[in-house]
Amino acid sequence: MELLERFAAGDLEAFEALFRTHQKEVYAWVIRIVRDHGIAEDLTVETFWRIYRSHSRFDPTGSFRAWARRIATNAALDHLRHARRETELPNDLPGLAASDPAVCRETRSRIREAFFQLPPKYRLVATLALIEEEPYNNIAEAMGISVALVKVRLFRAVRMLRKKLNSFYTEVIAK
Amino acid sequence: MTNEQNNDEIKALLKSAITPVNYTELPRDLWPQMLRKLDERPAPAVLATLDKIPWFDWALAAILSALLIAFPGTIPALLYHL
Repeated sequence: MELLERFAAGDLEAFEALFRTHQKEVYAWVIRIVRDHGIAEDLTVETFWRIYRSHSRFDPTGSFRAWARRIATNAALDHLRHARRETELPNDLPGLAASDPAVCRETRSRIREAFFQLPPKYRLVATLALIEEEPYNNIAEAMGISVALVKVRLFRAVRMLRKKLNSFYTEVIAK
Repeated sequence: MTNEQNNDEIKALLKSAITPVNYTELPRDLWPQMLRKLDERPAPAVLATLDKIPWFDWALAAILSALLIAFPGTIPALLYHL
């Protein structure tokens, strides 16, 4: 029996093999959304817990990678919905490049504040599309929505951000 | 201003404040953590079964319960016909 079929039948060894194969990929996806190593590790385990719990619903002829990514995205979205805002986007995440020094600290702070205030589903799309520059079709697949809906959510996110930043937007652009 | 220009300007602003995550390597194997979680929270068989019941069955059960609560006199009649 194939690995995916054994997993769908509830075989723990097959699950372990899939876990070891896909944990890095799931983690790499989740950390780009939640931007915290510890939370990304927890959410990776939570994702595989959900995967294990739903093994009977998995179609062995389908893509495990795509299924896992969608579950990981939902887990990350649940986290964004429930977590406190100030813990979601740390300033000093190791491995991050230094921010543009031309943009002053106050401006960066206001941009981040405006970004945190976006509703989670819009923030998720904005994070992946604008900051991580992920292709729309990947975002759509991960969220289980159409590319058109990704564009709509991005448009709304940008509109909300623009509204929030309106008071100092012109000043920053002029710099 | 087009949507693309709009997105590009906001993208530039965002990226000046929030940089992309460059380091996405998993620092350690998470399988031991996964095993702990599996031990703590074994897959609940009852909940898994409940998940498979279609929503309209739940709706029927809810309607029947509501009717029985509203008209308790029908309970003996119902039991007789069962």
